[in-house]
Amino acid sequence: MSSFLQIPNPIVARRMFLGQSGLVLSAAAVALLAGNEALAARTGAADASDVQILNTALGAELEAIAAYQLGAESKLLQKPVLDLALTFQGHHKEHADVLARTVEKFGGKPVGAKAKYNFPVAQLKAQEDVLRFAAQLEQGAVSAYLGAVPLFGNRDLAKAAASILGDEAMHWAVLRQALGQVPVPSAFVS
Amino acid sequence: MKRDWLLIAGALLCVAPAGAARDAERGEQLHARCLACHALAYDRVGPRHCGLFGRVAGSVPDFAYSIAMKNSKITWNDETLDRFLAAPRKMVPGTSMTYDGVADPRERADLIAYLKRADGSTECIQ
Repeated sequence: MSSFLQIPNPIVARRMFLGQSGLVLSAAAVALLAGNEALAARTGAADASDVQILNTALGAELEAIAAYQLGAESKLLQKPVLDLALTFQGHHKEHADVLARTVEKFGGKPVGAKAKYNFPVAQLKAQEDVLRFAAQLEQGAVSAYLGAVPLFGNRDLAKAAASILGDEAMHWAVLRQALGQVPVPSAFVS
Repeated sequence: MKRDWLLIAGALLCVAPAGAARDAERGEQLHARCLACHALAYDRVGPRHCGLFGRVAGSVPDFAYSIAMKNSKITWNDETLDRFLAAPRKMVPGTSMTYDGVADPRERADLIAYLKRADGSTECIQ
């Protein structure tokens, strides 16, 4: 099977990429988090601790959005890798959106994006550097969600966080593949 | 006979620390788990790791800590880091580090060894 990275037409490459990797978040997964009115209606279904977990995740998602924006504007990414980065950024935007809405639904105040983020800009000199940086962030995100899932008091929120974890893991695998690394390095994530 | 036992005990003393030696290389790999929120030299969702040893928790200037962390009165060292990494929210209830923890003591030791080594690295000294 040819790689989407070898397809010169970005639209075809994107379709192939999405088709191969199944990276479209299902509406059901999103509904799990913020769109589920039954969940939101359950008074006390999430406590302050759950809201804090959601807000920490939201902060990381907002930073990931900014990181992909940096990559997209760096002029270092060539199509179709640029499209790939924007697709992943779109996922992070969806995660951030539902996390913020869920925090609000449970009576919390969602954290906002920082005015300025610190990124290792001086170390990003080629497309590969950007991909490696993004892969590090995605790997970290997988670990962060894995470490957050057991903490939720609300099992529906834990399930929804696991859904996001799966998406981040796919990002990480695809970025590793693009870097020429073994896409799935082990049977378990940690 | 007694001398033999002393020699064996001496040999074990020489071997045991090596067997239990912290592996900073492995710790660096484990540190990848932290990279969604932390960096060595700059603040992100979590505070920077450079300068961690000997630092009072909640004291990096301009970093928005949780009240719980600010009030924790912890000074970071091998022992406090080990306890915190094992179960952050048990040691500091209310911390923004909403992470279940690193259950394996060896992994924690390796991670701490890496953080200590990194503290003296060029990236942290700059």
